[in-house]
Amino acid sequence: MKNRVLAVLLAISAGVVLAAPMSVQVRNGKVRATPSQLGAVVATVEYGAVVQAGAPQKGWYQVTTSDGKTGWLHESALSKKPIAMRAGATDAATGVSSDEVALAGKGFNEQVEAKLRKEGRLDYTWVDRMAAFDVSADQIRNFRTQGNLPGGAQ
Amino acid sequence: MSDRHMLAMTLALSAAGGLAAVLFAGCEGMPEVGAQIAKDAGVISADQAQSLTRGAQALQKTWQDLTPEQEYYIGRAVTAQVFQTYPPLDRPAANAYLNILGQSLAVFSDRPETYGGYHFLLLDSDEINAFAAPGGLILVTRGMLRCCQNEDELAAVLAHEICHVEKKHGLAAIKQGRLTEAFTVIAAESAKQSGNEQLASLTREFEGSVGDIVMTLTTSGYSRTQERDADAAAVRLLQRAGYPETAMIAMLNRMDERLANSGGIGFAKTHPSAKSRADALRTMIQAAESAPDAIRQQRFAAVMRPIIAGR
Repeated sequence: MKNRVLAVLLAISAGVVLAAPMSVQVRNGKVRATPSQLGAVVATVEYGAVVQAGAPQKGWYQVTTSDGKTGWLHESALSKKPIAMRAGATDAATGVSSDEVALAGKGFNEQVEAKLRKEGRLDYTWVDRMAAFDVSADQIRNFRTQGNLPGGAQ
Repeated sequence: MSDRHMLAMTLALSAAGGLAAVLFAGCEGMPEVGAQIAKDAGVISADQAQSLTRGAQALQKTWQDLTPEQEYYIGRAVTAQVFQTYPPLDRPAANAYLNILGQSLAVFSDRPETYGGYHFLLLDSDEINAFAAPGGLILVTRGMLRCCQNEDELAAVLAHEICHVEKKHGLAAIKQGRLTEAFTVIAAESAKQSGNEQLASLTREFEGSVGDIVMTLTTSGYSRTQERDADAAAVRLLQRAGYPETAMIAMLNRMDERLANSGGIGFAKTHPSAKSRADALRTMIQAAESAPDAIRQQRFAAVMRPIIAGR
């Protein structure tokens, strides 16, 4: 009997973990085919989107996106806290309260940056150029192979 | 007055006086309970209760409550402000190499993903220094480059900076008063666009927060504990990425020599002595120094030698 109760409890807790919703906390979340930052990208998810996440495995979550795609996201791309969506975004029905919306979506944001730019208080020219530097997974793979860098563990 | 009334009044008053943050630090939900009890007891109105709750919640918030998006906008402004003193070095090939090297390390960090990702840039300054703005914008001066003889040593510099981003050391430099003010303004609003007055107030606190971080990066420096944490994490990061961690010690020793000749500007001002850092790392690192890989040496030299030489 004791074992059966334990089994049921374990099943319930496993079930809860399997179904846990998490929010994407990066601007361009890349859902990957394998638990690796260099894995093939199978889907992209935007900031605030909710995915269903399984139990974490060495820093990675297997996730299912709202349109049913499955893959892996690193824990640093996910938050257990709900993230407020901008108006018009796709996954608006996240069940966050209006207070949470106000707190998460407001404040030190693009509106503040726009004001600083407009008033000429900060020059963002080079910040924008710097942020445009992009490195692909292939470039990283080639760079590592050519440089004789051992496999490493992510 | 009944005990319940007394309790309600006490809780409501402490919330109103801003004491809630102190009394209930680390105990989320208590101000809400206090305001609720006060409202139920008829001591305050529903509106007042809501306002008290919001105010108390704002007081409890710290830099750890900044969202990744807020961190991103703070980091962009910090970088723009650093550029006012340290101009960017417009060398496409060298900056492209720096970004591939940096990204090759960042994918192995405990925080490979940030809101806007990691990006790297060289600065046209002879001062020996490197900066990590919140969210992953990392800057390295020509002077710092001169402390690196090969790719492995430059990887050590970048790994250290990536670890500051990972641990959010920049955000921790923001004075709590500014955040309390900003969170109070944010909490007082509805979900609509900020009005002019609130926007002006938020912009003021934002600029103050950015100023706090820039001051820490360029003048006062992180704490010794933060630097030691970043060094230790950088060693683990180098190991995971396949770089010899002894490169960190070699780089620090060269930096120590160069700083001794530079009269203590730049990095020396904002970091514990390079020698003490190298000594601390020696206790962590068992591996013997190895000769740098020829191909890594060659590709580093191809793009960085002219810059190191000041051409």
